[in-house]
Amino acid sequence: MELFKQSSINWIGKKWWFVAISLFAFAIGVVGYLMHGGLNYGIDFTGGTLVQIKFKDRPDLDRIRAAMEQGAASAPLIQTFGPVSENTVQVRLQTALGAEQRVEVGRESLIATLRKTYDPEHLGSQQTDLNAAGEDALRRYLTDTDPDALRTRNKTSQEIENYYQNLAGSILDYRNKTMGGLVPSLQSLKEAGASDAVIAGLQKQFYTGPFAIKGLESIGAVVGSDLRRRAGLAIGLSFLGMMVYIAIRFKPIYGVAAVVALIHDVTITLGFFALTQKEISLTVIAALLTLVGYSVNDTIVIFDRVRENLRLMRKESLFNILNLSINQTLSRTIMTSGFTFLAVFSLFLFGGEVLNGFSFALTVGIIIGSYSTIALASTIVEWWYRTIEQKPKRQVA
Amino acid sequence: MVLVFMVICVYYFVSPRGKGESWMSRLNLGLDLKGGIHLVLKVVTDDALNQELAQDAEGISQELKSKNIPFTASKKGNGFSVETTGVDSARANEARAYLESTFGRRYSVRSAVADGKTNFSMSFLGSYTRELRESTVRQALETIRRRVDDLGVTEPTLQIYGGSGEEIQDQIIVELPGIDDPDRVKSIIANTAQLELRLVKKDQGGPFSSIESAVQANAGMIPSEYEILPYRDDREQQGKIEYLVVNKIPVITGKDLKTARRSTDSAGAPAVGFFLTSDGAQLFSRATEQHVGERLAIVLDDVVNSAPVINERIGAEGIIHGSFTVQQAEDLSLLLRSGALPASLVTLAQQSVGASLGNDSITSGIMASMIGFGLILVGMLVYYRSSGINAIICLLANLFILMGFMGAVGATLTLPGIAGIILTIGMAVDANILIFERIREELRSGKTVRAAVDTGFSKVFWTIFDSNVTTLIAAAFLFQFGTGPIRGFAVTLTVGLLANMFTAIYVSHRLFEWVLGTRRVEALSI
Repeated sequence: MELFKQSSINWIGKKWWFVAISLFAFAIGVVGYLMHGGLNYGIDFTGGTLVQIKFKDRPDLDRIRAAMEQGAASAPLIQTFGPVSENTVQVRLQTALGAEQRVEVGRESLIATLRKTYDPEHLGSQQTDLNAAGEDALRRYLTDTDPDALRTRNKTSQEIENYYQNLAGSILDYRNKTMGGLVPSLQSLKEAGASDAVIAGLQKQFYTGPFAIKGLESIGAVVGSDLRRRAGLAIGLSFLGMMVYIAIRFKPIYGVAAVVALIHDVTITLGFFALTQKEISLTVIAALLTLVGYSVNDTIVIFDRVRENLRLMRKESLFNILNLSINQTLSRTIMTSGFTFLAVFSLFLFGGEVLNGFSFALTVGIIIGSYSTIALASTIVEWWYRTIEQKPKRQVA
Repeated sequence: MVLVFMVICVYYFVSPRGKGESWMSRLNLGLDLKGGIHLVLKVVTDDALNQELAQDAEGISQELKSKNIPFTASKKGNGFSVETTGVDSARANEARAYLESTFGRRYSVRSAVADGKTNFSMSFLGSYTRELRESTVRQALETIRRRVDDLGVTEPTLQIYGGSGEEIQDQIIVELPGIDDPDRVKSIIANTAQLELRLVKKDQGGPFSSIESAVQANAGMIPSEYEILPYRDDREQQGKIEYLVVNKIPVITGKDLKTARRSTDSAGAPAVGFFLTSDGAQLFSRATEQHVGERLAIVLDDVVNSAPVINERIGAEGIIHGSFTVQQAEDLSLLLRSGALPASLVTLAQQSVGASLGNDSITSGIMASMIGFGLILVGMLVYYRSSGINAIICLLANLFILMGFMGAVGATLTLPGIAGIILTIGMAVDANILIFERIREELRSGKTVRAAVDTGFSKVFWTIFDSNVTTLIAAAFLFQFGTGPIRGFAVTLTVGLLANMFTAIYVSHRLFEWVLGTRRVEALSI
């Protein structure tokens, strides 16, 4: 099968269209940026606390919000996390940047508030919440109390220990893998292979709380600014490294053009983040780096073809050679982008909540990256030789 | 040869790590996929400096007393210094000689004369401050390592790390995968666990309901060798805090402990039993013999945990009770076993991923990746027909080499690492597409199948080389300067790209040659 025969589109001739499109996309980003007052940085960069909590029953966001707002320094951001049927919410508390306060404070008050609101009967009780218990505590309790009465059945202590270790493991696997982190009642542990005697024994020390903390992240302002600085440094230096390599392998202006195209891609993708107010976390930064990788790869494929054609067709003008090279590689550009888009888009659709920002960045980025390769990088090279360096140096590398 | 290499890779990818472990267990999953805890702790190295200054000030004052040199006071001054004031000028030279010979290596000693008395001011040398701070951080790391090992965490990562613009690296990164009760583990790691047994003041020692009443009871002035500490014995006081006046100098400290373990007190409640080293036991039995009938305060991190009356001489072991749960008693004994931290720790950042959240991420992440990968494979087959099989073999080979490498060196796979894999797969697909498109072009220009394949590969070589090397350069910088997640990305990307150059350029070419070599091919299915 072959979808694309050799095309003969005059790409470079349409440069003003491309400039217009890029400016338009850029303007959308600026509008989004101004409308929402900036990018929505994640707590990786701003400092703060982010907690995902799963509830037994459908959570009432307003009730949580009302409880949190009492005594909280800044208004918490509360939203549902993942599908509604999961009964999970995400709470975000912001700390003021620059203040070196203890990161524990926000988190501890948040959990205390939740306990007070949703689980008042167990405040200060000696019982343990099974939904917050670790394997150690469970195993130790089971081994100590021996609800299945193994000690009466002539077992070695090693056998007893292994038995309860496995039981504790399967109860927690049931909680974490089957039930998504929250067991509704001790009775339901039957499904995890616990006997009636074990459940009765557990009831003396354990109860099942109405919510469970699935994930929690607290970043102090100091670490936040450090992470931001390091991420910036890493990205800046890697851009520089790529520019130098391309400049050596091709011509200096090719390196500059490639990096300008990359900055274009990253800026416009960030514009979409400003518009949708999706959160920018370290994972999203990894996604931006991925799109940089794709985009520079595309650009080099075209430049490589230009290099080859310049050698083959010494009489042709640079303008025509650039057009020809883009056309010759067009089929490949579209196929590659199409396939990677498939992979990334399926990650966006099925990848779940945690991967959402990541796959969004890639989905948007791949489209923009392919576009900028065709539209921008070559145009810059052509513009350079037409206006700045009047006589194009034809021998490239 | 290639085949043997592939088999090795597949072996490292899927084989269990050891007996009784599950398939693919060589692959370490990062916190974000497995659940666990990540902490950034700052060691408050000032603590260690202040402690040493206070000790030296105390040492000076004892030495001057024993030499009968008159002086007013010797105490810790502002800005990491020890101030010895009011030394009799007639004997100032003697005092100076002593200070310089004993402390000259660590301090710079200056003196000034005022009102016929000489004042000495000693401040830490810059190089020594640095040395002490660094060794404090290293000691803290060692203590944390002992605690983590005692907890039985598998694959912990402990690392000293520098903040921005800091003079020294005073942060410690702790990563513990697979932890399911992060709050408890965190409190174990960051707890100073400074245990001291000190005598309570014999008369008017308390307990008092407030600091003021303690001062009042002692005629408005606490003697300099005593201090007031909060007293919290949950079992007897139901959460109410009282205060005790206790001796500043401990009888024994955590350093004199041989070991500690969970036990039960006389009432059968969980408690912590401790055992002293032979030196510690000697000190302890002498002190308890001399002070029968007085109270002994068990001080943990400057809070009196309990203050039992000494009934008789105590030998090598003792017991700490409080209203512990079994778990708390277990944890405290672990802390005492592993020793105290040399300075307090401040948590700069904490991330804990519940096992269930990690499980969600990996399930949906793997499913989505499979779907995406499947779509690519089907697409390649439809578009490039039989040659698509070649591409699929190369893609799978690439994936196996990458995963095999990760398994063999025990690298950790994280969410951003998966991003690196996706980029690798994208570039591998691209390499194949580049080759196929080029072969098609050559076929169109009328070349024979064999010539078209050979020219295709040779022409595309530099394209693939340049694009992969450019991305490798970027990956190298990201690895060098990036932090945790960005590094994970850089690792999978680097390995993936190297594997890609090998599979796309070499393996794919051999496959074509092998197919073309076995029979005469008139038309290539591409």
